[in-house]
Amino acid sequence: MKHIDEYRDGNLARSIAAVIAQEAATDRQYRFMEFCGGHTHAISRYGIEDLLPNNVQMVHGPGCPVCVLPIGRIDDAIRLAMRPEVILCTYADLMRVPASAGRTLLKARAAGADIRMVYSTLDAISIAEAEPGREVVFFAIGFETTTPPTARAIRLARRKNLANFSIFCNHVLTPPAIRAILDTPDLEGAGRVRVDGFVGPAHVSTVIGTVPYTGLAETYRKPVVVAGFEPLDMMQAILMLVRQINQGRHEVENQYIRAVTAQGNLIAQREMAEIFALRSSFEWRGLGELPLSALRLRDDYADLDAERRFLIETVPAADNPACECGEILRGIKKPAQCKLFGTLCSPDTPMGSCMVSPEGACAAHWSYGRFRDSAKAGAERALV
Amino acid sequence: MRHGRIDLSHGAGGRATAQLIDEIFRPAFDNPYLDQANDQAAFDVPAGRMVMSTDAYVISPLFFPGGDIGSLAVHGTINDIAMSGGRPLHLAASYIIEEGFPLIELQRIANSMGRASRAASVAVITGDTKVVERGKGDGVFISTTGIGIVPPGIALSGDRARPGDRIILSGCIGDHGVAIMSLRNNLGFDTELLSDSAALHGLVAEMVHAAGTSLRLMRDPTRGGLAATLNEIAQQSGLGMVLEERAIPVRGEVAAACELLGLDPLTVANEGKLVAVVAPEEADHLLRVMQAHPLGREAALIGTIIADDQFFVQITTSFGGSRIVDWLAGEQLPRIC
Repeated sequence: MKHIDEYRDGNLARSIAAVIAQEAATDRQYRFMEFCGGHTHAISRYGIEDLLPNNVQMVHGPGCPVCVLPIGRIDDAIRLAMRPEVILCTYADLMRVPASAGRTLLKARAAGADIRMVYSTLDAISIAEAEPGREVVFFAIGFETTTPPTARAIRLARRKNLANFSIFCNHVLTPPAIRAILDTPDLEGAGRVRVDGFVGPAHVSTVIGTVPYTGLAETYRKPVVVAGFEPLDMMQAILMLVRQINQGRHEVENQYIRAVTAQGNLIAQREMAEIFALRSSFEWRGLGELPLSALRLRDDYADLDAERRFLIETVPAADNPACECGEILRGIKKPAQCKLFGTLCSPDTPMGSCMVSPEGACAAHWSYGRFRDSAKAGAERALV
Repeated sequence: MRHGRIDLSHGAGGRATAQLIDEIFRPAFDNPYLDQANDQAAFDVPAGRMVMSTDAYVISPLFFPGGDIGSLAVHGTINDIAMSGGRPLHLAASYIIEEGFPLIELQRIANSMGRASRAASVAVITGDTKVVERGKGDGVFISTTGIGIVPPGIALSGDRARPGDRIILSGCIGDHGVAIMSLRNNLGFDTELLSDSAALHGLVAEMVHAAGTSLRLMRDPTRGGLAATLNEIAQQSGLGMVLEERAIPVRGEVAAACELLGLDPLTVANEGKLVAVVAPEEADHLLRVMQAHPLGREAALIGTIIADDQFFVQITTSFGGSRIVDWLAGEQLPRIC
């Protein structure tokens, strides 16, 4: 596949791996967090960890849109979908995310709710046009990557005077989440999660650019390298991070120059600013309430806002107390450290959101990496 | 016929049912067993072990590039029989048709089924037709049952893999699933790709002849793709396997479509491929035999069976790392076969 295979070249990967191994100082550990679920998935899918020296470790971050959505909002979506007049349009990933009392959108659909899986916001618009007698609600989630398509659907609905279309907006922002990670005390209470640098978001950065990370890199003195989602992108970004650490730098660098500019996509940013406003606060699964971290529709577009049309009052709901998604999303724990992992919780019977989306750290580790746990356990057994 | 539609009287067992059978099904399947017009078909049985399998077909859409529900219902059940190493003898078919379904389309499906069964030399010798009210079905559902005969000394089974055995795949994966997905209205991408739907018993006969008892087992990776099939074999045999990603043949179009849709070709459905596990000393010979058959031209050695008490299917990625190949969680796309 042209323009894809070039970024998955095993020979090039081995030569970058050799340089990383050569330049990473053997007397120290390097811990880098990949913020995005897309990077988490790539690490597991291509076995990138096998190419890194033992003292360069990756810590999974919270950048999985499905994972950070709190249970209360899924409860809201299920309640909306159960209204007889509503057709709820959603991305397929959300169908199996557990809500309160073991409910999911999938179960709601089996119970009679009209829930349609769509690939694009424009599919939802088409459904609204085809079914004028029904209320079509698009369950909008995601970071800055999926926000412009939602904005586009809102503008289109306004232009077409679609009275039966609305958006249940759950869009969140990346920089506040990175800040929250860096402000989180770790288990030992030593102050912070020990992360030496960040592999910055790929698609998010095509929209917002690299400038928004500058303040974070300076304030927390952590290097950020924005990287593409292909495995060679990751390898190169990791090498760039190792070099910054070795040279005592904490800058924002851009590995993904074929898609990301410093300023980002100004048209998308303008469209987002025109339609969305910042919420004063929003709950994230795992990170709790974060100020100025999410978007709502501006008052000019109140008529297209499902929260106002259906008077939604979100009731916060607690996660399963045994589920460690919160710690895993903050990089404090690894999936295998959760008691539920692989016992009660697997992709077939997910207890927490990290096990649902293929971008979730638990799902990625389960689907691609869990043989390492038993290999490690086997090696330990062999030593005893 | 041109403008006619199925109505409830076609399923009532009266004159209309008889007319439907006489005008559509009997000419389409055309064989002496059906011509006897009995409620069952009687036939002589050769000596030996018999094999039987049944499958229901609910695919949407009914017509797709490279086939339709009629040919699929022949190929799928023949393949299930063939994976035993057996020679398929006869098929039975049940049609469940929705009220309002156009007769011309029913005829197209029945004719396609007839063509597929003649090409395979496996006749549909008995059948049944039912009609359900509008809204209670989706056009046509077909269920087929097959019987076959297993050559003496051949006892293939999913639990017979041994450490060191080699794994052979008969050709490119994912063609069927991607061809179907390209037609689903909410995906809407264009491809010239055809479903790989095909009857594999001819290939199987040559494989059995060539490898004999060195052939441990065969399975066709349909729903759930190659990933599901290999995990089934690992579980049944209580062993693991190590695959080589770069050895697994995938067409460029399939790889590109999967990339676009976020799918792994390993979990996408096939309808004309098989996986064989064979003793290591016979692997190269069997591979050459397969490659000489039109349905095995792209056959490849893709991995090796290993001892593993966790039954993991591991793969060495082209990138140079390792991972496991897991079962598909949930439903990739409903009604693909």
